[in-house]
Amino acid sequence: MPTLEIRDLHVSVETKEGPKPILRGVDLTIASGETHAIMGPNGSGKSTLASALAGHPKYTVTSGTATLDGEDLLAMSVDERARAGLFLAMQYPVEVSGVSVANFLRTAKTAISGEAPALRTWGKEVRGAMENLRMDTAFAERSVNEGFSGGEKKRHEILQMELFKPRFAILDETDSGLDVDALRVVSEGVNRAKEQTDVGILLITHYTRILRYIKPDFVHVFVDGKIAEEGGSELADRLEEEGYDKYLGANKTVSA
Amino acid sequence: MTTATTDLTTDHSRAVADGAHTHGAVKPQGSRAERRTSFSLEDIPIPAGREEEWRFSPADRLQPLFQADLGSSGVTVEVTAAPEVTVETVGRDDARLGTAGKPGDRTAVTAWNAFQQATIVTIPKEAVASDVTSVRVRGVSQDASAAHVLVRAERHSEAVVVLDHDGVGTLAETVEIVVEDGAQLTVVSVQDWADGAVHASSHRARIGRDAKLKHVVVTFGGDVVRVTPDAEFTAEGGEVEMVGLYFADTNQHQEHRLFVDHAVPDCKSRVTYKGALQGAGAHTVWVGDVLIRAAAENTDTYELNRNLVLSDGARADSVPNLEIETGEIAGAGHASATGRFDDEQLFYLQARGIPETEARKLVVRGFFAELIHEIGVPSVEERLLASIEAELEKSMSVITGAPTA
Ligand SMILES: Nc1ncnc2c1ncn2[C@@H]1O[C@H](COP(=O)(O)OP(=O)(O)OP(=O)(O)O)[C@@H](O)[C@H]1O
Ligand SMILES: [Mg+2]
Repeated sequence: MPTLEIRDLHVSVETKEGPKPILRGVDLTIASGETHAIMGPNGSGKSTLASALAGHPKYTVTSGTATLDGEDLLAMSVDERARAGLFLAMQYPVEVSGVSVANFLRTAKTAISGEAPALRTWGKEVRGAMENLRMDTAFAERSVNEGFSGGEKKRHEILQMELFKPRFAILDETDSGLDVDALRVVSEGVNRAKEQTDVGILLITHYTRILRYIKPDFVHVFVDGKIAEEGGSELADRLEEEGYDKYLGANKTVSA
Repeated sequence: MTTATTDLTTDHSRAVADGAHTHGAVKPQGSRAERRTSFSLEDIPIPAGREEEWRFSPADRLQPLFQADLGSSGVTVEVTAAPEVTVETVGRDDARLGTAGKPGDRTAVTAWNAFQQATIVTIPKEAVASDVTSVRVRGVSQDASAAHVLVRAERHSEAVVVLDHDGVGTLAETVEIVVEDGAQLTVVSVQDWADGAVHASSHRARIGRDAKLKHVVVTFGGDVVRVTPDAEFTAEGGEVEMVGLYFADTNQHQEHRLFVDHAVPDCKSRVTYKGALQGAGAHTVWVGDVLIRAAAENTDTYELNRNLVLSDGARADSVPNLEIETGEIAGAGHASATGRFDDEQLFYLQARGIPETEARKLVVRGFFAELIHEIGVPSVEERLLASIEAELEKSMSVITGAPTA
């Protein structure tokens, strides 16, 4: 069964003062069809983990491994990782002026599957997926993320996940900024992808409300660059009640 | 570009990063109304380099064109005209020459004084040209030369005239454009010189009552290309649409200085120039002077310049400049922005499986697409798209280290 395997991952971020270590030994294994939730305080390194796995140039892996289905993910370029089946729904999706959503989706789909999608069925598929996510089909003609509201950007990320059919998807705070209806609609999209493609999911969140729609098989508590505790979905409820105090050392606050 | 938009080197304090704004009355120093124009070499001497109109230019590389003794052997001019259009080659003394305004800088005045023969393209009264008329200016040697082209659209005529510049040349050129009452003329000037070419071109247009000029400038090739289009309205109801597209590679200097002179009421001008830059030493300059004189009530004007910097070491100067001498205007605005293709955009597109070269192409094509469709001449649009693809291939090889085809 395909797995995304992360072993003792150490990652630094480039800063003006030189490299700054953020991840300090992350171990995580996700199998197809599984949903893992990661919760943790601000600044603990959750987005860093997501970006480093996707290959953002700002982050340097200083030690450890990450493999997708046995293949060395860290040896691949950003686009190779995506073509290998990794998807990252970003916390802050980037605007790309002048490139229409329709053109972008077609270009990305072509790159990922290695051939242009059949014209007739693709258009239908895109429209169908947009309707499911309650996105006006007029978005197809707009520039990628340009002028999209926060919630619209998140829907657009999940739209891509449904259309590109990755083997593993990292959802970085896809739930933040969504109103209650949007949260349900987006969660349904994720669940559809789970059913149809058996995608393995790493879901980064601060709130349990999304976990009522997307049931996690495992919950990981992320503190100070690594996983501090693991459990089932009951752990999420406990975190929401108790916060992260017990994981943070007495003299330790969330680092700025 | 919306992300990482900076006014890199604009010295116009009102240039905004994104979007536009409208002015009340603004009077910057060195009004265009006071700029000297003349047919005489003595009146416009060789620049020292610090003059307002030369301060961004590589004066050393333009030196040959500052001289009074320009020849004519460096270029050939060939015209393929639509059947309705007449073409003549005339001497200096033809009375129709020099009617579209006076030279406004040194290369314009050397060009005017040195040309031996001029090419006149006339679209006769009420004629509608059934095809594009093509004027091909070909550089055949590095001998510093002068050339003169006059395009005359007589009353109520309609035509598209495309000037093409290629080969290797060192050329000071005048393009006079006369659009008589009610005529509709499109003039496209493509500068696609080979490496080594140096070109200074003064376009001077006069637009009559209810006439419309669409003026398109496309600059890709050549070491130094400096085009200075002037447009002047002579009666009410005139309209000018000025569109420009440029793509500068390593060590290329591409400069476009426009001047729209609103001297009469009820005229409209629209200026849209977009440029991409790639490679060390790529330098583009865009200066857009718009003058709305006291008499030009109900003027409607808007100018826009956008630059997309694709790599480090390239520099885009952008200076919009709007002078308004009357309070009674319909609209006046400008916008200028220089954006970078940044790492975050590249990461986003690559994270969707799109390889780096493809991602850059996507962004550059997107940047130019709308502008190209504004040109409205299908044969030109197709060529432009092909040229942009070729430029992209060139610039991709800079990134990937692959040899150019
Ligand atoms: N360029 C940088 N310079 C300095 N510190 C940085 C830089 N980039 C990231 N960091 C730091 O790395 C740490 C981890 O950031 P990260 O975005 O991964 O946190 P997070 O867990 O996703 O937080 P949040 O819940 O707020 O999204 C933070 O302390 C952040 O300030
Ligand atoms: Mg984060």
